[in-house]
Amino acid sequence: MTVLTGKANAKTNNLSASTGSETENKKIVYNTKDLNLWYGEDHALKNINLPIHENEVTAIIGPSGCGKSTYIKTLNRMVEMIPIVRISGEILYRERNIFDKNFQVEDLRTRVGMVFQKPNPFPKSIYENVAYGPKIHGIRDKKILDEIVEKSLKGAAIWNEVKDRLNENAYGLSGGQQQRLCIARALAIEPDVILMDEPTSALDPISTLKVEELVQELKKDFSIIIVTHNMQQAARISDKTAFFLSGEVIEFAETDKIFSTPSDKRTEDYITGRFG
Amino acid sequence: MKHVNVEQVQKKMGSRLFANTFAKTLFLLATLFGLVVLVVLIYRVIQDGAAWINFDFLTNKLSTDPERAGIMGAILGTLWLMAVVAPVTMVLGVGTAIYLEEYAKKGRIQSIIQTNISNLAGVPSVVFGLLGLTVFARGMELGNVVLAGGLTMALLVLPVVVVSSQEAIRAVPQFLREASFGMGATKWQTVKNVVLPASLPGILTGTILALSRAIGETAPLVVLGIPALLIPLPDSIFDKFTILPVQIYYWTLDSALVAEYTNLAAATILILLIVLFVMNSVAILIRNKFQKRY
Repeated sequence: MTVLTGKANAKTNNLSASTGSETENKKIVYNTKDLNLWYGEDHALKNINLPIHENEVTAIIGPSGCGKSTYIKTLNRMVEMIPIVRISGEILYRERNIFDKNFQVEDLRTRVGMVFQKPNPFPKSIYENVAYGPKIHGIRDKKILDEIVEKSLKGAAIWNEVKDRLNENAYGLSGGQQQRLCIARALAIEPDVILMDEPTSALDPISTLKVEELVQELKKDFSIIIVTHNMQQAARISDKTAFFLSGEVIEFAETDKIFSTPSDKRTEDYITGRFG
Repeated sequence: MKHVNVEQVQKKMGSRLFANTFAKTLFLLATLFGLVVLVVLIYRVIQDGAAWINFDFLTNKLSTDPERAGIMGAILGTLWLMAVVAPVTMVLGVGTAIYLEEYAKKGRIQSIIQTNISNLAGVPSVVFGLLGLTVFARGMELGNVVLAGGLTMALLVLPVVVVSSQEAIRAVPQFLREASFGMGATKWQTVKNVVLPASLPGILTGTILALSRAIGETAPLVVLGIPALLIPLPDSIFDKFTILPVQIYYWTLDSALVAEYTNLAAATILILLIVLFVMNSVAILIRNKFQKRY
């Protein structure tokens, strides 16, 4: 897939918590530096520092209210839809500060797709759902749109299920199919990064498995950041895991390490199910 | 020891059941009262007017001779009036609703505007008539023509359209907006492609109900000085005109002079009721057909 962004070159970053040599050669897509966020008086994110590498799956885990959803919504500035939010610090996307005045939020969201907690297709046809993104970015040519729709639906592993009923309303699909349609819709804008905010929390186990398999496929072409409250899911599908607690990053490391030899007592307590 | 004494309960059972039946009867009577009055009214109107409705009555111009008088002028006037009211209220009303719901920052100023719009809906229609007379008929020197009447009526029903459109827009789930914004859509693209299509049935329902209110209003146009005289049929929004309820009003006023005017008024009322019934039915049909579950 085409990557729409510029060719920023990440130097080795000393904030990287990773240890694997393979990782150090990978570029950083998102680098969060001293991020603080408040909802009114409520300090929801505290001094977050987090480098995220390309073509990896980064999982964010933590108990309810730990700020993990807030954090992922900050990455595409969706969090600003809540009027009382205040932010300090910076988030570099491909070395550009996303809060910079010259960085249009529409531009950012074209490069960074998002999949939400609850499947949220538009009350339109399956075809129109996937074509929505390309259309708002000015693609009118029916041929190109057809091609994007097919490619995106194939990319989201749902093409075979819907290819004969592209003009039917998306609300006729099952919950799991709707969520994969939403992933296809995100793929259609040919993003660089895909943010997933608990994408399987509303799905049954079989649909969840399909989405997890899909995530493994997608990381070849995309960088994926996934929030989940399901620790097994994080262990199964991610390369790195960040553990959030009360708005802070307690630990960020290779997923294997987090789940076998966590260095912080609180991480250990959480993953062994002692709280949360 | 038990607090609920079975003997005591049984002793009071009779009066409790009586109160229960009494309440039910009272509420049924309250419901029937309105219904009976309506039936009597419609029965009287049909008795007086039904026989007078025929092709000539619908197509003839106004005349002092009851046998030759028709309501073509009032029908055309009503249509012309709607031609002004409908687009003006749609554009202003839906525009205001979109601004307040999607763009305006939630805060003091927004809540002041909101309160005022709600209050405006409660202002008596005769006051709007005075406003129209001052601003449109005299201030802008339009005179008592369709355009002045239409703008006055548009202002009168505007608050209703704004509020009902706002409700329709607010009912569009937030997750649909998020999906659109999440793909890099601008506010306007989101409003145009997601919010408006999803809220259109609600907006249309509200607008049709507002228009049917405008069709039935009399006071603002009487204040505006809509002529009771014999005027030529209106051909444009700059012509003098009359509408169905105003026609009913003047015929009723003069029924002491010519007895048959009572029948003409009744016949016109029937036509007006049919028009309103059809409009309200269309509004309900739209609402039921497009009611979406997310």
